[in-house]
Amino acid sequence: MAVDFSFTEEQDLLRQEIRRFAEERIHPGTGERDRAHAFPADLLREAGDMGLLGMLVEERYGGTGFDPLSYCIAVEEISRICPSIGVTMSVSNSVCCWPIAKFGSEEVKLRFLPDLASGRKLGGFCLTEAGSGSDAGAMLTTARRDGDDYVLDGAKVWITNAGVAGTFVVMAKTDAAAGKRGISAFVVDAASPGVQVGRPEEKLGLRASVTAAVSFTDCRVPAGQLLGAEGGGFKIALATLDHSRLGIAAQAVGIHQRALELAIAYAQERVQFGVPIANHQAIQFQLARIATELAAARALLWHAAASEKSGAAGRLAAEAKAYASEAANRAVWDALQIHGGNGVSEEYEIARLYRDVRVTTIYEGTSEMQRLVIARHLLGA
Amino acid sequence: MEIELNEEQTMLRDTVRRFAAEVVAPRAREIDASGEFPIDYYHQAGELGLAGVCVPEEFGGAGMDMVSYCVAIEEISRVCASSGVILSVNNSLVCDPLMRYATDEQKREFLAPLAAGKKLGCFALTEPDAGSDAAALKTTAKRDGDDYILNGSKVFITNGTHADTALVFATLDPALKHRGITAFIVAMDSPGFSRGHHEYKLGVQASGTTQLYFDNLRVPARQRLGDEGKGFGVAMSTLDGGRIGIAAQAVGIAQGAFEAALKYAKEREQFGHPIADFQAIQFYLADMAMELDAARLLVYKAAWAKENTKRCTLEAAQAKLFASEMAQRVTNKALQIHGGYGYTRDYDVERFFRDARITEIYEGTSEIQKLVIADSILKGS
Repeated sequence: MAVDFSFTEEQDLLRQEIRRFAEERIHPGTGERDRAHAFPADLLREAGDMGLLGMLVEERYGGTGFDPLSYCIAVEEISRICPSIGVTMSVSNSVCCWPIAKFGSEEVKLRFLPDLASGRKLGGFCLTEAGSGSDAGAMLTTARRDGDDYVLDGAKVWITNAGVAGTFVVMAKTDAAAGKRGISAFVVDAASPGVQVGRPEEKLGLRASVTAAVSFTDCRVPAGQLLGAEGGGFKIALATLDHSRLGIAAQAVGIHQRALELAIAYAQERVQFGVPIANHQAIQFQLARIATELAAARALLWHAAASEKSGAAGRLAAEAKAYASEAANRAVWDALQIHGGNGVSEEYEIARLYRDVRVTTIYEGTSEMQRLVIARHLLGA
Repeated sequence: MEIELNEEQTMLRDTVRRFAAEVVAPRAREIDASGEFPIDYYHQAGELGLAGVCVPEEFGGAGMDMVSYCVAIEEISRVCASSGVILSVNNSLVCDPLMRYATDEQKREFLAPLAAGKKLGCFALTEPDAGSDAAALKTTAKRDGDDYILNGSKVFITNGTHADTALVFATLDPALKHRGITAFIVAMDSPGFSRGHHEYKLGVQASGTTQLYFDNLRVPARQRLGDEGKGFGVAMSTLDGGRIGIAAQAVGIAQGAFEAALKYAKEREQFGHPIADFQAIQFYLADMAMELDAARLLVYKAAWAKENTKRCTLEAAQAKLFASEMAQRVTNKALQIHGGYGYTRDYDVERFFRDARITEIYEGTSEIQKLVIADSILKGS
């Protein structure tokens, strides 16, 4: 044990490699894809070839087997340039590969992980329903045992990667009367009969990621694709979200970093009252706040990521997610303010970030849910 | 990346926590009310190595690292902020520059008794007209044979009422601005030296704040610290470390207030429930814990940077800015959770609330920290 804020050489190299990929390959079409709501399937394949879609999967299942901190570095660097690809990648890694690798049988892992980890298929996570957001235990989707299969019926909403994903992790009730303890988790092939994807949502931001409803009608899933035990799905969902919060915190840190860079560059170029506006104390103070909150968000993220292996990350991940997402929202707001009128023009990148950053305090557990998680840890309830 | 205290640091924390609980805490409320300087247990703290935590053992210190120092300051400040700043000043503002700039002879004569807590030090930079603009100081030093003759006065000198040794900054020629400033080690029983009255303050009441006066005070040339005209560099580099100590103090004050609020929220019943059952209170507690963790991580990061990187100016300024602002918010919420009781002197939060205020002011105001941060990030880009 030690207090050591240094990165390994591998982590430094990984950051450099991904930064290069993000700046050279992803950056050029970012604005255009946002305007066209175009999903960059080709770039996701390239990310897959680089090993970025199976970072938490062991090599024997086709993954690259990185530690959680390296994974956060990757999500941060991708999100710094394109938060849409950042979330696509985070969802496939964190809420699809991760629970399969953690809770799946050997057979399930061998069948599903290699395609996901290589990027041949993307993953999605079907938890939320129209009537159950934060209160996930109130879901209505059912899974009825029938011979060697389970039969799924119900409808999920806000499913990132729906329509582009080949594999879903799906939560459904095997015992509708048992509340949270009646929920079970399944791995479902998106091409199964009975799976239907709705039309993509029109969103405020993250327009180059796909979000849609997914419905299951008499959808047969082999019993072997149950993750963990029957009735153990809610715990799997919570454990998955504990982990995935790191990915969203890393996405927020990436956006925050970009906002700082854009604000500094603009403040140094823009001349008012005869000097670059960066010479004015008011602007300097805004920049100092953006930079200081970024350092705080990073420290919380690093601490949570470095603690994940020891299983101590529950409260830390909730703190990192809540703080990083809220700080990123403040940072982007201030960075746009520094841009003045130009900031609301889509000619400037900050306008897109302003839309992209908003959801980070909402998905994978709202800020309010993070605070309840933190309070529960504090109060020992 | 690993952010856990090592065994030595954990043992130190436990030792200091015990000392704080048994010796410091029982008198905290009393010395806050009376303003009495706790010189007796300052010497006891010295015996534990807390007066010179980072000073090598050969010069009387404990020979520990910067993170250990932060842990010690946090633990003391958690029960008594006055005691925290007394130790922080002796460690950061006196022992640290002596360690870095003093000759071996000076170290043996002056550093060793200070680091062992046999003597108490103070840092004499600020003047009535030179606060944030330290280079505008007016205290003069004129060479006269083997001596310098000092004339002028200093204000807001922590430990000033009881210190034995002062690190005094004076100018050889005010026209040279910061290039004229030179540092001296002054024995405070020298002829020509006098102290003002105990400054009655909003908080950190027992820290011995006073004015110092120099009236043809002779200081032997061998007590000059560093070269002529290099004192401003001594002061600024010293404040980098001092800011880390104050940030640790702010974390300690906030931690004390947070723990009191958590305990109170579980005990206090309203509307038939402990108030900790209410979401509003839970959210306060969650925010406090989140910000405290972020601040503590920034403190550790700055401490780590001071020992492992070339400069820690940015990290120290960010830790100080964030932690001191956090301490205002956390002590304010802790008082709010206590309701009317928190406004009385029967509860420690009232003292924590007053004590927190100064952390945004001394050893560089928040405004100066923001300028330092802005300067650093604007140059770095």
